[in-house]
Amino acid sequence: MKAVMYACPQSLDEAVGLFAQRGPRARPFAGGTDLIVQIREGKKEPDLVVDLKRIPELNELSFQPQRGLVIGAAVPCSQIYEHGKIAGLYPGLIDAVSLIGGIQIQNRATLGGNLCNASPAADGVPPLIVHRAACRIRGPRGERTLPVEKVCAGPGQTALEDDEILVSFHLPAPPERSGARYLRFIPRNEMDIAVAGAASYLELEKDRQTIRGARIALAAVAPTPLLVEEAGGCLAGERAGEELFARAAAICREAARPISDMRGAAWQRRHLVEVLVKRTLQGALQRARGGGASPQGRPGGVNDGPQGRPGGVKEQDS
Amino acid sequence: MKLHVKTTINGEEFEFLCEPRESLLEVLRDRLGLTGSKEGCNNGNCGACNVILDGRLVNSCLVFAAEAAGRAITTIEGIQGPEGLHPLQEKFLEHAALQCGICTPGFIVAAKALLDRNPDPSEAEVRLWLAGNLCRCTGYDKIVRAVLEAAKSTAVVMEK
Repeated sequence: MKAVMYACPQSLDEAVGLFAQRGPRARPFAGGTDLIVQIREGKKEPDLVVDLKRIPELNELSFQPQRGLVIGAAVPCSQIYEHGKIAGLYPGLIDAVSLIGGIQIQNRATLGGNLCNASPAADGVPPLIVHRAACRIRGPRGERTLPVEKVCAGPGQTALEDDEILVSFHLPAPPERSGARYLRFIPRNEMDIAVAGAASYLELEKDRQTIRGARIALAAVAPTPLLVEEAGGCLAGERAGEELFARAAAICREAARPISDMRGAAWQRRHLVEVLVKRTLQGALQRARGGGASPQGRPGGVNDGPQGRPGGVKEQDS
Repeated sequence: MKLHVKTTINGEEFEFLCEPRESLLEVLRDRLGLTGSKEGCNNGNCGACNVILDGRLVNSCLVFAAEAAGRAITTIEGIQGPEGLHPLQEKFLEHAALQCGICTPGFIVAAKALLDRNPDPSEAEVRLWLAGNLCRCTGYDKIVRAVLEAAKSTAVVMEK
Protein backbone atom coordinates (compact mmCIF):
# COMPACT_ATOMS: atom_id res chain seq x y z
CA MET A 1 0.00 0.00 0.00
CA LYS A 2 1.35 3.34 -1.07
CA ALA A 3 2.18 6.04 1.48
CA VAL A 4 0.19 9.25 1.27
CA MET A 5 1.08 12.56 2.85
CA TYR A 6 -1.50 14.84 4.41
CA ALA A 7 -1.33 18.63 4.41
CA CYS A 8 -3.77 21.06 5.94
CA PRO A 9 -2.98 24.54 4.63
CA GLN A 10 -4.44 27.51 6.50
CA SER A 11 -4.50 29.88 3.55
CA LEU A 12 -5.31 29.85 -0.14
CA ASP A 13 -1.76 30.90 -1.07
CA GLU A 14 -0.29 28.07 0.93
CA ALA A 15 -2.62 25.60 -0.83
CA VAL A 16 -1.82 27.03 -4.26
CA GLY A 17 1.89 26.62 -3.47
CA LEU A 18 1.39 22.95 -2.60
CA PHE A 19 -0.39 22.23 -5.88
CA ALA A 20 2.17 24.24 -7.85
CA GLN A 21 4.89 21.96 -6.43
CA ARG A 22 3.11 18.64 -6.72
CA GLY A 23 0.75 19.08 -9.67
CA PRO A 24 -1.16 15.89 -10.46
CA ARG A 25 0.43 14.02 -7.53
CA ALA A 26 -1.60 16.12 -5.09
CA ARG A 27 -5.36 15.76 -4.66
CA PRO A 28 -7.68 18.37 -3.16
CA PHE A 29 -9.63 16.97 -0.24
CA ALA A 30 -12.78 18.41 1.32
CA GLY A 31 -15.61 16.12 2.47
CA GLY A 32 -13.69 12.97 1.61
CA THR A 33 -16.83 11.00 0.79
CA ASP A 34 -15.43 10.11 -2.63
CA LEU A 35 -11.67 10.56 -2.25
CA ILE A 36 -11.15 8.45 0.87
CA VAL A 37 -13.00 5.54 -0.72
CA GLN A 38 -11.09 5.96 -4.01
CA ILE A 39 -7.75 5.91 -2.17
CA ARG A 40 -8.80 2.90 -0.10
CA GLU A 41 -9.82 1.01 -3.23
CA GLY A 42 -6.61 1.97 -5.06
CA LYS A 43 -8.50 3.94 -7.72
CA LYS A 44 -6.60 7.11 -6.86
CA GLU A 45 -3.03 7.06 -5.60
CA PRO A 46 -1.98 10.61 -4.75
CA ASP A 47 1.32 11.39 -3.02
CA LEU A 48 -0.32 14.20 -1.11
CA VAL A 49 -3.84 14.87 0.10
CA VAL A 50 -4.47 18.58 0.61
CA ASP A 51 -7.22 19.20 3.16
CA LEU A 52 -8.92 22.44 2.08
CA LYS A 53 -11.32 22.73 5.00
CA ARG A 54 -9.32 25.25 7.01
CA ILE A 55 -8.98 27.81 4.23
CA PRO A 56 -11.32 30.75 4.91
CA GLU A 57 -12.27 31.39 1.25
CA LEU A 58 -13.39 27.79 0.84
CA ASN A 59 -15.61 28.01 3.92
CA GLU A 60 -17.47 31.16 3.01
CA LEU A 61 -21.26 30.97 2.92
CA SER A 62 -22.88 34.35 2.52
CA PHE A 63 -25.67 36.12 0.70
CA GLN A 64 -25.90 39.79 -0.16
CA PRO A 65 -28.58 41.21 -2.47
CA GLN A 66 -26.00 42.94 -4.72
CA ARG A 67 -23.38 40.24 -4.70
CA GLY A 68 -25.62 37.21 -4.66
CA LEU A 69 -24.65 33.96 -3.00
CA VAL A 70 -21.12 32.77 -2.34
CA ILE A 71 -20.66 29.11 -1.44
CA GLY A 72 -17.12 28.06 -0.56
CA ALA A 73 -16.12 24.86 -2.31
CA ALA A 74 -15.56 23.11 1.04
CA VAL A 75 -18.90 24.00 2.69
CA PRO A 76 -20.83 20.81 3.52
CA CYS A 77 -24.38 20.26 2.24
CA SER A 78 -26.00 20.47 5.68
CA GLN A 79 -24.66 23.97 6.28
CA ILE A 80 -26.21 25.07 3.01
CA TYR A 81 -29.72 23.81 3.75
CA GLU A 82 -29.54 25.06 7.33
CA HIS A 83 -28.77 28.59 6.14
CA GLY A 84 -32.03 30.47 6.61
CA LYS A 85 -31.75 32.80 3.63
CA ILE A 86 -30.68 30.36 0.95
CA ALA A 87 -33.68 28.04 1.12
CA GLY A 88 -36.12 30.67 -0.07
CA LEU A 89 -33.84 32.16 -2.70
CA TYR A 90 -32.21 29.11 -4.26
CA PRO A 91 -34.77 26.37 -3.72
CA GLY A 92 -33.51 24.20 -6.59
CA LEU A 93 -30.14 23.98 -4.90
CA ILE A 94 -31.68 23.14 -1.54
CA ASP A 95 -33.63 20.28 -3.16
CA ALA A 96 -30.32 18.76 -4.23
CA VAL A 97 -28.16 19.27 -1.14
CA SER A 98 -30.98 17.81 0.99
CA LEU A 99 -31.05 14.52 -0.91
CA ILE A 100 -27.37 13.74 -1.38
CA GLY A 101 -26.67 10.69 0.81
CA GLY A 102 -27.86 10.50 4.42
CA ILE A 103 -27.23 12.97 7.25
CA GLN A 104 -23.71 11.61 7.79
CA ILE A 105 -22.80 12.30 4.17
CA GLN A 106 -24.54 15.70 4.09
CA ASN A 107 -22.41 16.75 7.07
CA ARG A 108 -19.26 16.13 5.04
CA ALA A 109 -19.97 16.18 1.32
CA THR A 110 -19.49 19.50 -0.46
CA LEU A 111 -20.71 21.03 -3.70
CA GLY A 112 -17.08 21.62 -4.67
CA GLY A 113 -16.41 17.92 -4.34
CA ASN A 114 -19.65 17.05 -6.10
CA LEU A 115 -18.57 19.11 -9.12
CA CYS A 116 -14.90 18.10 -9.12
CA ASN A 117 -15.52 14.38 -8.58
CA ALA A 118 -17.32 14.85 -11.89
CA SER A 119 -19.84 12.05 -11.75
CA PRO A 120 -22.42 12.48 -14.53
CA ALA A 121 -25.02 11.70 -11.84
CA ALA A 122 -23.93 14.47 -9.41
CA ASP A 123 -27.16 15.84 -7.89
CA GLY A 124 -25.67 19.19 -6.96
CA VAL A 125 -24.55 20.21 -10.41
CA PRO A 126 -27.78 20.68 -12.47
CA PRO A 127 -29.24 23.08 -9.86
CA LEU A 128 -25.98 25.06 -9.81
CA ILE A 129 -26.18 25.29 -13.60
CA VAL A 130 -29.79 26.50 -13.72
CA HIS A 131 -29.11 29.00 -10.92
CA ARG A 132 -26.26 30.32 -13.15
CA ALA A 133 -23.43 29.53 -10.77
CA ALA A 134 -19.91 30.58 -11.74
CA CYS A 135 -16.79 28.93 -10.34
CA ARG A 136 -13.90 30.92 -8.94
CA ILE A 137 -10.76 28.95 -9.74
CA ARG A 138 -7.30 29.72 -8.42
CA GLY A 139 -3.93 28.44 -9.56
CA PRO A 140 -0.28 29.45 -9.75
CA ARG A 141 -1.02 31.53 -12.88
CA GLY A 142 -3.72 33.52 -11.15
CA GLU A 143 -7.47 33.41 -10.92
CA ARG A 144 -10.18 32.67 -13.47
CA THR A 145 -13.93 32.23 -13.54
CA LEU A 146 -15.89 29.57 -15.40
CA PRO A 147 -19.59 28.81 -15.51
CA VAL A 148 -20.30 25.48 -13.79
CA GLU A 149 -21.41 23.81 -17.03
CA LYS A 150 -18.02 24.60 -18.58
CA VAL A 151 -16.19 22.89 -15.71
CA CYS A 152 -17.76 19.49 -16.44
CA ALA A 153 -15.60 17.75 -19.05
CA GLY A 154 -16.48 14.07 -18.80
CA PRO A 155 -16.88 11.27 -16.27
CA GLY A 156 -14.28 11.99 -13.58
CA GLN A 157 -12.89 14.92 -15.57
CA THR A 158 -13.09 18.68 -15.16
CA ALA A 159 -11.72 21.70 -16.98
CA LEU A 160 -9.48 22.49 -14.00
CA GLU A 161 -5.73 22.09 -14.46
CA ASP A 162 -3.94 19.76 -12.04
CA ASP A 163 -2.53 22.71 -10.12
CA GLU A 164 -5.79 24.64 -9.88
CA ILE A 165 -8.23 24.75 -6.95
CA LEU A 166 -11.94 25.39 -7.05
CA VAL A 167 -12.39 28.15 -4.46
CA SER A 168 -16.08 29.00 -4.49
CA PHE A 169 -19.36 29.18 -6.36
CA HIS A 170 -20.95 32.54 -7.12
CA LEU A 171 -24.68 32.63 -7.82
CA PRO A 172 -26.37 35.85 -8.89
CA ALA A 173 -29.23 37.05 -6.69
CA PRO A 174 -32.43 35.56 -8.05
CA PRO A 175 -34.77 38.07 -9.71
CA GLU A 176 -38.32 38.54 -8.51
CA ARG A 177 -40.85 35.96 -9.65
CA SER A 178 -38.24 33.26 -10.22
CA GLY A 179 -38.14 29.72 -8.91
CA ALA A 180 -36.34 26.44 -9.40
CA ARG A 181 -36.81 22.77 -8.65
CA TYR A 182 -34.58 19.69 -8.73
CA LEU A 183 -35.88 16.14 -8.80
CA ARG A 184 -34.20 12.82 -9.41
CA PHE A 185 -35.40 9.29 -9.82
CA ILE A 186 -33.95 6.56 -7.62
CA PRO A 187 -35.49 3.12 -7.04
CA ARG A 188 -35.46 3.51 -3.25
CA ASN A 189 -36.37 6.45 -1.05
CA GLU A 190 -32.95 7.50 0.25
CA MET A 191 -29.23 6.95 -0.08
CA ASP A 192 -28.97 6.19 -3.78
CA ILE A 193 -27.45 7.56 -6.96
CA ALA A 194 -29.69 9.20 -9.56
CA VAL A 195 -30.91 7.07 -12.46
CA ALA A 196 -31.86 10.40 -13.98
CA GLY A 197 -32.26 13.92 -12.62
CA ALA A 198 -33.55 17.27 -13.81
CA ALA A 199 -33.33 20.86 -12.60
CA SER A 200 -35.59 23.60 -13.97
CA TYR A 201 -35.48 27.33 -13.39
CA LEU A 202 -38.20 29.78 -14.44
CA GLU A 203 -38.47 33.52 -14.32
CA LEU A 204 -41.89 35.11 -14.92
CA GLU A 205 -43.11 38.45 -16.24
CA LYS A 206 -45.29 40.65 -14.03
CA ASP A 207 -48.45 38.87 -15.23
CA ARG A 208 -47.12 35.69 -13.55
CA GLN A 209 -48.10 33.74 -16.67
CA THR A 210 -45.53 34.66 -19.30
CA ILE A 211 -42.08 33.16 -19.01
CA ARG A 212 -39.27 35.68 -19.20
CA GLY A 213 -36.44 33.17 -19.08
CA ALA A 214 -35.85 29.51 -18.32
CA ARG A 215 -32.98 27.09 -17.84
CA ILE A 216 -33.10 23.31 -17.71
CA ALA A 217 -30.22 20.98 -16.83
CA LEU A 218 -30.11 17.18 -16.61
CA ALA A 219 -28.19 14.64 -14.54
CA ALA A 220 -27.10 11.06 -15.29
CA VAL A 221 -28.16 11.03 -18.95
CA ALA A 222 -24.90 12.12 -20.64
CA PRO A 223 -21.14 11.97 -19.92
CA THR A 224 -21.54 15.26 -18.01
CA PRO A 225 -24.43 17.13 -16.44
CA LEU A 226 -26.21 18.69 -19.39
CA LEU A 227 -27.52 22.23 -19.85
CA VAL A 228 -30.25 22.02 -22.53
CA GLU A 229 -30.30 25.59 -23.77
CA GLU A 230 -32.77 24.86 -26.55
CA ALA A 231 -35.34 23.61 -24.04
CA GLY A 232 -35.02 26.72 -21.90
CA GLY A 233 -35.10 28.87 -25.02
CA CYS A 234 -38.38 27.40 -26.28
CA LEU A 235 -40.10 28.56 -23.08
CA ALA A 236 -39.05 32.22 -23.20
CA GLY A 237 -41.83 34.60 -24.13
CA GLU A 238 -44.48 31.87 -23.92
CA ARG A 239 -47.37 31.40 -21.53
CA ALA A 240 -46.65 28.77 -18.88
CA GLY A 241 -48.75 25.66 -19.27
CA GLU A 242 -48.71 21.89 -19.56
CA GLU A 243 -48.44 21.75 -23.34
CA LEU A 244 -45.54 24.15 -23.38
CA PHE A 245 -43.77 22.22 -20.63
CA ALA A 246 -44.32 18.98 -22.56
CA ARG A 247 -42.58 20.58 -25.55
CA ALA A 248 -39.55 21.51 -23.44
CA ALA A 249 -39.54 18.02 -21.93
CA ALA A 250 -39.53 16.44 -25.39
CA ILE A 251 -36.53 18.56 -26.38
CA CYS A 252 -34.69 17.39 -23.26
CA ARG A 253 -35.56 13.79 -24.05
CA GLU A 254 -33.91 14.23 -27.46
CA ALA A 255 -30.90 16.03 -25.98
CA ALA A 256 -30.25 13.22 -23.49
CA ARG A 257 -27.53 10.75 -24.48
CA PRO A 258 -27.93 8.12 -21.78
CA ILE A 259 -26.21 4.78 -21.49
CA SER A 260 -27.65 1.54 -20.14
CA ASP A 261 -25.96 0.35 -16.97
CA MET A 262 -26.72 -1.33 -13.65
CA ARG A 263 -28.90 1.62 -12.56
CA GLY A 264 -31.15 1.83 -15.57
CA ALA A 265 -31.61 1.32 -19.28
CA ALA A 266 -31.13 4.11 -21.81
CA TRP A 267 -34.82 4.04 -22.87
CA GLN A 268 -35.91 4.28 -19.23
CA ARG A 269 -33.62 7.25 -18.64
CA ARG A 270 -35.02 9.04 -21.67
CA HIS A 271 -38.52 8.45 -20.38
CA LEU A 272 -37.53 9.67 -16.90
CA VAL A 273 -36.02 12.84 -18.32
CA GLU A 274 -39.32 13.73 -19.91
CA VAL A 275 -41.28 13.06 -16.71
CA LEU A 276 -38.79 14.86 -14.47
CA VAL A 277 -38.54 17.93 -16.69
CA LYS A 278 -42.32 18.36 -16.72
CA ARG A 279 -42.52 17.96 -12.95
CA THR A 280 -39.62 20.27 -12.20
CA LEU A 281 -41.04 22.93 -14.52
CA GLN A 282 -44.35 22.72 -12.64
CA GLY A 283 -42.47 22.93 -9.35
CA ALA A 284 -40.38 25.87 -10.52
CA LEU A 285 -43.53 27.62 -11.75
CA GLN A 286 -45.22 27.19 -8.38
CA ARG A 287 -42.21 28.59 -6.61
CA ALA A 288 -41.84 31.47 -9.07
CA ARG A 289 -45.45 32.39 -8.36
CA GLY A 290 -44.68 32.33 -4.65
CA GLY A 291 -46.70 29.24 -3.81
CA GLY A 292 -44.94 26.38 -2.08
CA ALA A 293 -41.85 28.44 -2.60
CA SER A 294 -39.61 26.77 -0.09
CA PRO A 295 -38.15 23.34 -0.71
CA GLN A 296 -40.01 20.45 0.78
CA GLY A 297 -37.06 18.66 2.29
CA ARG A 298 -35.97 15.42 0.83
CA PRO A 299 -38.23 14.10 -1.89
CA GLY A 300 -38.35 10.33 -2.09
CA GLY A 301 -37.67 9.37 -5.67
CA VAL A 302 -39.84 11.39 -7.99
CA ASN A 303 -42.69 11.50 -5.49
CA ASP A 304 -42.10 14.68 -3.62
CA GLY A 305 -43.97 14.16 -0.41
CA PRO A 306 -44.39 17.04 2.01
CA GLN A 307 -41.72 15.73 4.35
CA GLY A 308 -40.09 18.25 6.60
CA ARG A 309 -36.40 18.32 7.20
CA PRO A 310 -35.47 16.21 10.19
CA GLY A 311 -33.53 17.61 13.07
CA GLY A 312 -35.98 20.37 13.82
CA VAL A 313 -34.47 22.65 11.23
CA LYS A 314 -37.08 25.15 10.25
CA GLU A 315 -37.32 25.93 6.60
CA GLN A 316 -37.85 29.52 5.71
CA ASP A 317 -40.54 30.66 3.39
CA SER A 318 -39.28 33.14 0.88
CA MET B 1 5.79 9.32 7.98
CA LYS B 2 3.56 9.36 11.02
CA LEU B 3 1.47 12.31 12.07
CA HIS B 4 1.11 13.43 15.66
CA VAL B 5 -2.51 14.30 16.43
CA LYS B 6 -4.04 15.85 19.55
CA THR B 7 -7.78 15.64 19.91
CA THR B 8 -10.61 15.38 22.42
CA ILE B 9 -12.63 12.18 22.59
CA ASN B 10 -15.61 11.89 24.91
CA GLY B 11 -14.34 14.90 26.86
CA GLU B 12 -10.88 13.46 27.38
CA GLU B 13 -7.64 14.68 25.77
CA PHE B 14 -6.02 12.12 23.49
CA GLU B 15 -2.73 12.10 21.58
CA PHE B 16 -1.82 9.56 18.96
CA LEU B 17 0.49 8.85 16.05
CA CYS B 18 -1.04 7.70 12.78
CA GLU B 19 -0.34 7.24 9.09
CA PRO B 20 -1.92 9.97 6.94
CA ARG B 21 -4.14 7.43 5.18
CA GLU B 22 -5.56 5.94 8.36
CA SER B 23 -9.22 6.63 8.97
CA LEU B 24 -10.56 7.96 12.24
CA LEU B 25 -12.33 4.61 12.62
CA GLU B 26 -9.06 2.68 12.32
CA VAL B 27 -7.37 4.89 14.89
CA LEU B 28 -10.29 4.69 17.32
CA ARG B 29 -10.39 0.92 17.14
CA ASP B 30 -6.79 -0.15 16.54
CA ARG B 31 -4.71 2.53 18.22
CA LEU B 32 -6.93 3.85 21.01
CA GLY B 33 -8.82 0.68 21.91
CA LEU B 34 -12.22 2.30 21.46
CA THR B 35 -13.77 -0.67 19.71
CA GLY B 36 -17.39 0.36 20.19
CA SER B 37 -17.46 1.98 16.76
CA LYS B 38 -17.83 -0.80 14.21
CA GLU B 39 -16.56 -1.31 10.70
CA GLY B 40 -19.39 -2.39 8.45
CA CYS B 41 -19.03 -1.36 4.82
CA ASN B 42 -15.99 0.92 5.21
CA ASN B 43 -17.31 3.15 2.43
CA GLY B 44 -19.96 5.37 3.98
CA ASN B 45 -23.10 3.36 3.34
CA CYS B 46 -23.90 1.57 6.59
CA GLY B 47 -23.39 3.99 9.48
CA ALA B 48 -21.94 1.37 11.87
CA CYS B 49 -18.92 3.62 12.47
CA ASN B 50 -20.92 6.79 13.26
CA VAL B 51 -19.35 9.32 15.61
CA ILE B 52 -20.18 12.94 16.38
CA LEU B 53 -17.43 15.30 15.19
CA ASP B 54 -17.73 18.89 16.45
CA GLY B 55 -21.48 18.38 16.91
CA ARG B 56 -22.03 16.78 13.50
CA LEU B 57 -22.85 13.15 12.80
CA VAL B 58 -20.26 11.60 10.48
CA ASN B 59 -19.05 8.22 9.27
CA SER B 60 -15.66 7.80 10.94
CA CYS B 61 -14.57 5.52 8.06
CA LEU B 62 -14.83 8.59 5.79
CA VAL B 63 -12.74 10.86 8.02
CA PHE B 64 -8.95 10.83 8.06
CA ALA B 65 -7.68 10.50 11.62
CA ALA B 66 -5.42 13.49 10.91
CA GLU B 67 -8.54 15.64 10.55
CA ALA B 68 -9.37 15.08 14.21
CA ALA B 69 -6.61 17.50 15.28
CA GLY B 70 -8.05 20.10 17.61
CA ARG B 71 -11.58 18.83 17.32
CA ALA B 72 -14.07 17.16 19.66
CA ILE B 73 -15.36 13.65 19.04
CA THR B 74 -18.12 11.69 20.74
CA THR B 75 -18.10 7.94 20.22
CA ILE B 76 -20.52 5.30 21.48
CA GLU B 77 -18.30 4.98 24.57
CA GLY B 78 -19.17 8.58 25.44
CA ILE B 79 -22.93 8.29 25.17
CA GLN B 80 -23.49 6.82 28.61
CA GLY B 81 -23.69 9.41 31.40
CA PRO B 82 -22.18 9.20 34.91
CA GLU B 83 -25.53 7.89 36.17
CA GLY B 84 -25.54 4.92 33.84
CA LEU B 85 -26.98 4.09 30.46
CA HIS B 86 -28.36 6.83 28.24
CA PRO B 87 -32.16 6.61 27.73
CA LEU B 88 -31.47 5.57 24.12
CA GLN B 89 -29.41 2.63 25.32
CA GLU B 90 -32.09 1.67 27.84
CA LYS B 91 -34.85 1.82 25.25
CA PHE B 92 -32.84 -0.18 22.72
CA LEU B 93 -32.57 -2.92 25.38
CA GLU B 94 -36.20 -2.64 26.45
CA HIS B 95 -37.53 -2.84 22.89
CA ALA B 96 -35.03 -5.49 21.79
CA ALA B 97 -33.93 -3.11 19.08
CA LEU B 98 -30.89 -5.21 18.26
CA GLN B 99 -29.99 -8.72 17.37
CA CYS B 100 -26.37 -9.26 16.33
CA GLY B 101 -25.50 -5.78 17.60
CA ILE B 102 -23.00 -4.69 14.96
CA CYS B 103 -25.14 -1.79 13.76
CA THR B 104 -26.28 -0.78 17.25
CA PRO B 105 -23.52 1.67 18.23
CA GLY B 106 -23.98 3.52 14.96
CA PHE B 107 -27.73 3.70 15.40
CA ILE B 108 -27.41 4.96 18.96
CA VAL B 109 -24.85 7.62 18.06
CA ALA B 110 -26.97 8.71 15.08
CA ALA B 111 -30.11 8.83 17.22
CA LYS B 112 -28.22 10.82 19.87
CA ALA B 113 -27.24 13.38 17.23
CA LEU B 114 -30.89 13.60 16.16
CA LEU B 115 -32.24 14.07 19.70
CA ASP B 116 -29.57 16.68 20.43
CA ARG B 117 -31.01 18.74 17.57
CA ASN B 118 -34.65 17.73 17.75
CA PRO B 119 -35.74 16.34 21.12
CA ASP B 120 -39.23 15.50 19.84
CA PRO B 121 -38.97 14.03 16.34
CA SER B 122 -41.86 12.51 14.44
CA GLU B 123 -41.64 8.91 13.25
CA ALA B 124 -41.01 10.13 9.70
CA GLU B 125 -38.20 12.36 10.92
CA VAL B 126 -36.58 9.46 12.81
CA ARG B 127 -36.79 7.18 9.76
CA LEU B 128 -35.37 9.82 7.45
CA TRP B 129 -32.55 10.68 9.86
CA LEU B 130 -31.61 7.01 10.21
CA ALA B 131 -31.60 6.38 6.44
CA GLY B 132 -27.81 6.30 6.53
CA ASN B 133 -27.75 3.42 9.04
CA LEU B 134 -28.27 -0.15 7.91
CA CYS B 135 -29.47 -3.07 10.03
CA ARG B 136 -29.44 -6.49 8.44
CA CYS B 137 -31.14 -8.54 11.16
CA THR B 138 -33.58 -6.88 13.55
CA GLY B 139 -35.22 -4.61 11.02
CA TYR B 140 -36.05 -1.00 11.59
CA ASP B 141 -39.41 -0.92 13.38
CA LYS B 142 -38.03 -1.80 16.81
CA ILE B 143 -35.18 0.64 16.37
CA VAL B 144 -37.50 3.48 15.40
CA ARG B 145 -39.79 2.64 18.32
CA ALA B 146 -36.84 2.66 20.73
CA VAL B 147 -35.71 6.08 19.51
CA LEU B 148 -39.22 7.54 19.79
CA GLU B 149 -39.61 6.09 23.31
CA ALA B 150 -36.21 7.47 24.33
CA ALA B 151 -37.28 10.90 23.05
CA LYS B 152 -40.44 10.65 25.15
CA SER B 153 -38.59 9.57 28.27
CA THR B 154 -35.98 12.34 28.01
CA ALA B 155 -38.77 14.86 27.44
CA VAL B 156 -40.37 13.70 30.72
CA VAL B 157 -37.04 14.04 32.52
CA MET B 158 -36.61 17.55 31.14
CA GLU B 159 -40.10 18.55 32.29
CA LYS B 160 -39.26 17.48 35.82
